[in-house]
Amino acid sequence: MRGFKISVLSGKGGTGKTTVSVNLAKVLNNSVYVDCDVEEPNGYLFLNPQIEEEKTVEVIIPEINSDKCTLCGECVKACRFSALTKLIKKILVFDHLCHSCGACFEMCPYDTIIEKYKPIGTIRKGKAQSVDFIDGKLNYGEATGVPILKEINKLIENVDKPVIVDSPPGTSCPVIHSIEGSDLCILVTEPTPYGLHDFDLAVQLVKQRGIPMAAVINKAGEGDNIIEEYCEKEGIKVLAKIPFKKEFAEAYSKGKLLIEVDNEVREIFDKLSTDALELIKK
Amino acid sequence: MKIAVSSEGKTLEARVDSRFGRAQYFIIVDSETMDYKVIDNAAVAQGSGAGTKAAQTLIDEGIEVLISSNVGPNAMEVFNAAEIPVYKAVDGDIKTNIEEFKKGSLERIAEATNKGHHHEGH
Repeated sequence: MRGFKISVLSGKGGTGKTTVSVNLAKVLNNSVYVDCDVEEPNGYLFLNPQIEEEKTVEVIIPEINSDKCTLCGECVKACRFSALTKLIKKILVFDHLCHSCGACFEMCPYDTIIEKYKPIGTIRKGKAQSVDFIDGKLNYGEATGVPILKEINKLIENVDKPVIVDSPPGTSCPVIHSIEGSDLCILVTEPTPYGLHDFDLAVQLVKQRGIPMAAVINKAGEGDNIIEEYCEKEGIKVLAKIPFKKEFAEAYSKGKLLIEVDNEVREIFDKLSTDALELIKK
Repeated sequence: MKIAVSSEGKTLEARVDSRFGRAQYFIIVDSETMDYKVIDNAAVAQGSGAGTKAAQTLIDEGIEVLISSNVGPNAMEVFNAAEIPVYKAVDGDIKTNIEEFKKGSLERIAEATNKGHHHEGH
């Protein structure tokens, strides 16, 4: 099968992004599952991959050479993240506030800032039977996972297989980086007013990036029409509805794949993958 | 002595703001004359790093003492390094806090009173 990238996202956490991503990756077979939810990757719990490679992701942060520093304060002014503070006798650097933007290096008139490498997280690669597995994990307390996502994007750029990206929740920078270059975005939502609100934010984001999109209603049930009406108005195809069942929550809590515990869900995902591929072909 | 107090308003009668990094205003009071200056806290809108940004503003103003309530770990590190003592505010207005400070009845804090908010609870 030729390579393409499907990103699974949702405005809010807990809607079922990971459920949709892991089951879809499994149904597609010979695919690559990529967990970009670097603050809380949990796809591995369902796919149980054999990890073959683990790599540390480092960023460059500033260290002030106090022998040469004149305390002019240009670096402090340049920092948009307040990671540098100027005192009477020295500049303090707050590593975990640093976004590695490099502005302080650029602005220092005396070349007194030294590049220091700092690990912020890890990328793991492995195999979960027929599915290739990649995930990123940001160390606790770090400012941003974006450098990890950039590394991951390099790894999957030229893969000749279907790539399923499990995006971070929300609609901030990490999401934008994770959906970059996607052929299709699948937006997972739940049929509640809160679900719709965050779904709308995600829809606006994907629209802005000009990526084709489709929706999946998770925990489907009585309130479905609020999502369906919205999708109709916005011209978004609802690819699937995953019903709400207590057994699913149980299976999830035990780290089981829904397609392996329920035939109806397997059919839903088979159809979901076929329909998604149709959308990509167009 | 120049004393900064985090404040909800722009006068000495305003209540102390229980936050530091995201306090609405800082009032810098000259403890001898009771003259004061109001600083709009630009760090309020900052994503992260509000504490260090607010601390930098106050240090640039040349304050000698800070009276506030919830000072996070980054800001506390800045004040400790700058050797600016931090005192815990009592409930009430700015004036009361200055008077309590002068009487020596405010509690000195040297460690962060909260863990900061960025990336907590994840």
